[in-house]
Order: sequence, then structure tokens, then C-alpha cells
Amino acid sequence: MAVVKADLALCQGYANCVVAADDVFDIDDDGVVLVLRGEVPESERPRIVDAARTCPVSALEVADS
Amino acid sequence: MSPVTVIVGTSIGGVRTAQGLRAAGYDGEVLLVGEETALPYDKPPLSKGLLAGTSSIEDLTLLTERAAREAGIRLLLGRAATGLDIGTNTVTLADGERLRYDDVVIATGARARPSPWGEPRGVHVVRTLGDAQRLAVDLRRGGPLVVVGAGFIGAEVAATARGLGAADVTMVDPAPVPLSRVLDPEVARWFAGLHAGHGVTTRFGVGVEGIDRARDGLVVRLADGARLPAATVVVGIGAVPQDGWLRSSGLRIDDGVVCDRYSRAVGTEHVHAVGDVARWPHPRAGELVRAEHWTNAVEQAACVAHNITRPRQPRAHAPVEYVWSDQYDHTIQLTGRTGGRLGHLTVPGPDPDRSFAVLYADAEGTFTGAVTVNWPRALVACRQAVGTEAPAAEVRDRVTAARPRTTTGARP
Repeated sequence: MAVVKADLALCQGYANCVVAADDVFDIDDDGVVLVLRGEVPESERPRIVDAARTCPVSALEVADS
Repeated sequence: MSPVTVIVGTSIGGVRTAQGLRAAGYDGEVLLVGEETALPYDKPPLSKGLLAGTSSIEDLTLLTERAAREAGIRLLLGRAATGLDIGTNTVTLADGERLRYDDVVIATGARARPSPWGEPRGVHVVRTLGDAQRLAVDLRRGGPLVVVGAGFIGAEVAATARGLGAADVTMVDPAPVPLSRVLDPEVARWFAGLHAGHGVTTRFGVGVEGIDRARDGLVVRLADGARLPAATVVVGIGAVPQDGWLRSSGLRIDDGVVCDRYSRAVGTEHVHAVGDVARWPHPRAGELVRAEHWTNAVEQAACVAHNITRPRQPRAHAPVEYVWSDQYDHTIQLTGRTGGRLGHLTVPGPDPDRSFAVLYADAEGTFTGAVTVNWPRALVACRQAVGTEAPAAEVRDRVTAARPRTTTGARP
């Protein structure tokens, strides 16, 4: 499994991650990222890494569990 | 011999193409070449955090030497490309070195449109790290600031300067409202009010005649005869693609590198273009477009990296336009086609004094795009609806759909 982490203080609500992977990321009413699934199977890692990389402020990280 | 991809340009488009090649499993050499000596850096914070002093150069760095080494990306910094020969597959650098390539990626971006009124000391543009650092020094010296151009850059600089405590900030634009290229006049007037409400003097609908040196600074002369004293002037009047180095390449250059839908320079298979310098046929626009936006560069870079790695299954670049701007404590986000002659309807947000969405529609009522203010959730719904041919009324319902309120508690 890969672990999905978000730095809520860095997040600016640009929402690129939600558009790239709305099964893993959402955004709250204050415009802060919500991680819907904190762990994703290895098979999904490339797609979620791509989604994390669309963050303009590098607030997202996909790490090894 | 392993294949070689030479990427010219070290801003977001070039860096993301290099990283994308590795992510796609490209096993050839990757050379990332740029004229600036600084490590590749990100540009959006230049008119915001870097200027305000809340972001450091390290925060802006897109690729450290170590990250480049680990990814197998060879960085050639401070090496301007001066020519491209598509007959011999070589890029020529200013120092005479020639780099052979199997694929080349043109990612040289755009430069600030220079001040047509000369550039006496105290007159700035904001495009590069050096530009922003020089402006930051002048802003800290104080004195009146005049911002010429009420587009994104001008608006962000004015907002940042006010945040730094600049007392006397004037914004000038020949258009009657700010952001006139992307907003209809009614919504644009709200933005004019945003600046005025934050203590910026706005002079819309009047052009600049000249910028003169005075005994103790500068004077900006307006077409209506007004003379604005200034210690610092920022000229934010757009950008022009950096395609001059391709003049003798034989490529079709017309306000950027003209590409096919796969972001390959027309008539070539191994010359690709990414970001502000690329002009390509956008399927929804029905014409060649050039986008000067961060997210477009990121998505186009991923597309080009895929196309280099898998040339037999090329992917077309058909992005949903997305731009953001941070002004004062407001997050402004645009997606799809907005402004111009499109009809629009306004949807109040959760905090009607601060947040709203404006949905744009064509003559048939089909949703084309939106601008949202302090309402990222609405932006997501709108961005997902662009290109789906949904009626604007249906998108409005999606934006306002009742849902349990969720917060991470990360914002006070």
C-alpha cells in the first residue's frame, strides 16, 4: 500500500488534485484538501502520484507505508 | 546507443516534461537546458509569496541538483539555446556546443512584454526570479507605486504591495475594468471594487502616455493629462513567446511554435512544444490557442512525455482551462471560457459577502466556463463540467447542491 499525505497548512484550494483523482481527494467548504483514502494499493500508485504532482504548492505526498 | 531527449527551458513545462519522461519509463538520456543560472524555479509565487517575503527561493525550487541526479536528468544551466537544426537533430547553445537529440522539447516560455515607455530605473516587469527580487527591494524602499496593467500580474502585485504596507498604490489600465480579457464588465467591476476596497487608487479607462524621470523618482503621464508621481512602476501588460531562437529553424512560428494536436511542431515527429511557447489546435476552441497558465504547462508536459515515450499511441492535448489568482485574502479561480459576449449567471456562495461563482454560457445556454471567488468547491464542480455540453442551469444546480458541510478545521 502507498500512503497519501496532505499538508493542510500548505494547501491553497487550487483543487488540481480533485480533478485528477476525485476518488482520493476532495476539498472542504473552506477550500482545504480532504484525503478520502489515506492508503491506496500499489496498482493505483502511479495515478495518485501523478495527481499529487499537479499540486501547485506541493502539499501532497505519496509515501511508502 | 540510447536515445536522447533535449528539453530547452527550465521552468515548469520543461521540468515536468523531464520528470514525466522518467515517470513514463523513458530510459534514454534526458538533458534539461536553460539560459538562467538559478536552479529551476516556479513562477506563480514571484508576484505573491516571493515578493511578500513569505516564500524563499528554496520554496520556489522545482528541481534540486540532487533530485535531478536521482532522476537521471542532466541539468545544463546558464546555457542559452540559440538555434535548432531539425535536419541534423541538433540544438546549438550560445557557447557553440551542439547537442544531438532524438526528441527535442521546446519549453522556452514567454517573456514579459517590455515597457513601451522605456525602462528608467524604478520601472519593473515581473517574469523572472531576478525581476521579482529587484522589485522586492524597490517596494521595501517605499514611496508611491504605480501598476500599469490590471491583468493577473498587475492585480497581484498591487495586492501584495498593499499587504506589505505600501500606502500609495495606483493601478492604471486603458480598459474600463480590470481583467477585461477574461471577465464580462459586470463581474470585472466587482474586481475593481475589490482593489478600491483595499485602498488601491484605480484609474481604469485611461492609457499611459509616458514614464518620465523626475528629480526624485518617476512620473507616469496619463492620456487624460494626469501625472502620477511614482517611486516604483510595474508594467504588467502581458507576455510574448520566447521563440526568437527558432527563427531559422524552419519551424512554423506564429505567436509561438505552431503545433499539431499532439503538441508536435507541425510537420515534424520529434519536435515537441510545451507551455507558454506552444500554440496548438484546441478541440473545443476550434482554433489554435496558446495558454500562459501553470496547469496547462503541467498537463501539456505530461502529454509530451507520454508521446515521446509511446510515439505509436500519441495523446492529444485537450485541457480544461484553469487559472487561479490570489489577491488580498481572495482566491480567484477561472475555468473554461469566460467573459466576452457570453451570458452569465451569478451563484452566491456559502459566505455571500465573500464567495460566489459566475457561470458563463453560450447563446444556447450551454455552460462554457466559470469564475469563482473564495469557493474552491464550486470551482471543482465547474471544472468537471467544462466540455460536457451541460446546460448552465444544470451546472448551477450541481454547484449549489445541498451536501453536508465538511471542514478539515485547517482554516480558522
